[in-house]
Amino acid sequence: MRLDWRFGTCMDRMRREVLKSGGGAGLFAWAVAVGLVKPSQALAQGWNKAAFETKSVADTIRALGGSGSTESKDIQITAPDIAENGAVVPISVESRLARTQAIAILIEKNPFTLSADFRIPAGTDPFVSTRVKMAETSNIYALVIADGKYFHAVKEIKVTIGGCGG
Amino acid sequence: MADPMRIRASMTGGKVEVKVLMAHEMETGQRKDAQGKIVPAHFIRNVTVTHAGRTVLAAEWGTSVSRNPFLHFRFSGGKAGEKISITWVDNKGEKRTDEATISG
Amino acid sequence: MIAMRVPLVAGALAAALSFVAAAQDETQKGIERYRELLSEGNPAELWEARGEELWKAKRGPKNASLEQCDLGLGRGVVKGAFAQMPRYFPDTDRVQDVESRIVTCMVAVQGFTPEEAMKNPFSTPDRPSDLEALASYVAAASRGMKLDAPLRHPKEVEAFRVGEQLFYRRAGPHDFACVSCHGENGKRIRRQDLPKLNDPKEARRIFTTWPAYRVSQGTVRTMQHRLYDCYWQMRHPQLSYVSEASIGLMVYMAKYANGGTINAPGLKR
Repeated sequence: MRLDWRFGTCMDRMRREVLKSGGGAGLFAWAVAVGLVKPSQALAQGWNKAAFETKSVADTIRALGGSGSTESKDIQITAPDIAENGAVVPISVESRLARTQAIAILIEKNPFTLSADFRIPAGTDPFVSTRVKMAETSNIYALVIADGKYFHAVKEIKVTIGGCGG
Repeated sequence: MADPMRIRASMTGGKVEVKVLMAHEMETGQRKDAQGKIVPAHFIRNVTVTHAGRTVLAAEWGTSVSRNPFLHFRFSGGKAGEKISITWVDNKGEKRTDEATISG
Repeated sequence: MIAMRVPLVAGALAAALSFVAAAQDETQKGIERYRELLSEGNPAELWEARGEELWKAKRGPKNASLEQCDLGLGRGVVKGAFAQMPRYFPDTDRVQDVESRIVTCMVAVQGFTPEEAMKNPFSTPDRPSDLEALASYVAAASRGMKLDAPLRHPKEVEAFRVGEQLFYRRAGPHDFACVSCHGENGKRIRRQDLPKLNDPKEARRIFTTWPAYRVSQGTVRTMQHRLYDCYWQMRHPQLSYVSEASIGLMVYMAKYANGGTINAPGLKR
């Protein structure tokens, strides 16, 4: 088991924080990311079913272990203002918040709010870029968990043709 | 066996920049086929990227990640010539692991 | 009083229209930004990779690889071949595009029957198409080169005339021809720009981006599919795969697109 020297007791405190907030299966992914669990064990990893079934931003934040979230100018969302096809919407999120542990992408008007949840171990840039499906014009929330606290940024993306498969 | 991923890992500004394309239909489970039947959900749930035995990114995905997913991120601690490994597992239990060598 | 109102109304109308025009410009800029953000990590690369595997694999009754295929620049030469298509091939005595030539090679080199080779030209969600992957691989090998489809051989000239006739031929319940949508600059259907295909400025920019990964289809689509789809949209009878009609249309378009830089497989909505 590899322990980054920076964690030490800090890791214990973080673990207690996450356990307290009831991170559920997301905890497993985090545990892998910070080296508590070997990658080979990760193949049997969990998937936060409850979080992927939520239908509101507030419920998603709760399912990911938060009780609320503060808007932050230190989270940058790079995405187009308008998407020609909602089936493929490029979105990048970069966090300047210290000790960013996770970045999640939430799409407010989608049938299920949570699109993706990235766990960022130390040494990995707090930056992800991917493509998501948007059912209709909607706000996109980039949720960042940093130092056990929850922050977000919002951007509206207009969709000309919805892309969830209708 | 699922189609291979296209992985590009290169040194950029001292960090390893990873760009990967995965071949997966990412079916939402909300689409109806020509007969009007729901096409069952089939999507990648977990993505894990490792380097030198250490996880550098772990992701949980839902059905609203686009078909043939693209992922781009950066991490420190890798050098040209070393390998990274990416594994995805989907909701049917299918999985795919591909490796790439970090280019200079 | 009324006479005074008219200029006011006209002024307001002009302001409203310029607002709409500005809004449309904004939308156009927004869409260009969307396309720009999508330009890296084109899923078509997955098709190129699969096409390369299929090209090099020993397959068919003759258990041979397509590396023996002559795409016009000699046996096994893939680089640059797509840039010189469609063209006349003496061995088949026909003008051929990249897809019909791949079929020819699957038959001649690998021993497939034409029916077997052409049984799945357009992929469906359940069935990927080998032809789409092979066309992607061959097209990618001409990326960055200028299109230089020949128009010298009598059969190439004849194919051009066939394509020209078809381009202008109105038919079907809507009385549509290609020219109905693609005969003028500056037209669009909803948010989809319609290039004027016999205007070299536009043809060079557009024709050279096929085949392309179409996000709305979740797969690469080839020029054969684009034409097939156009015929369906016009409510014309079905355009047969790699038919003389389809190749004639390509020769017609290529004449105006020649000189354009190939950027295929592209990425489209």
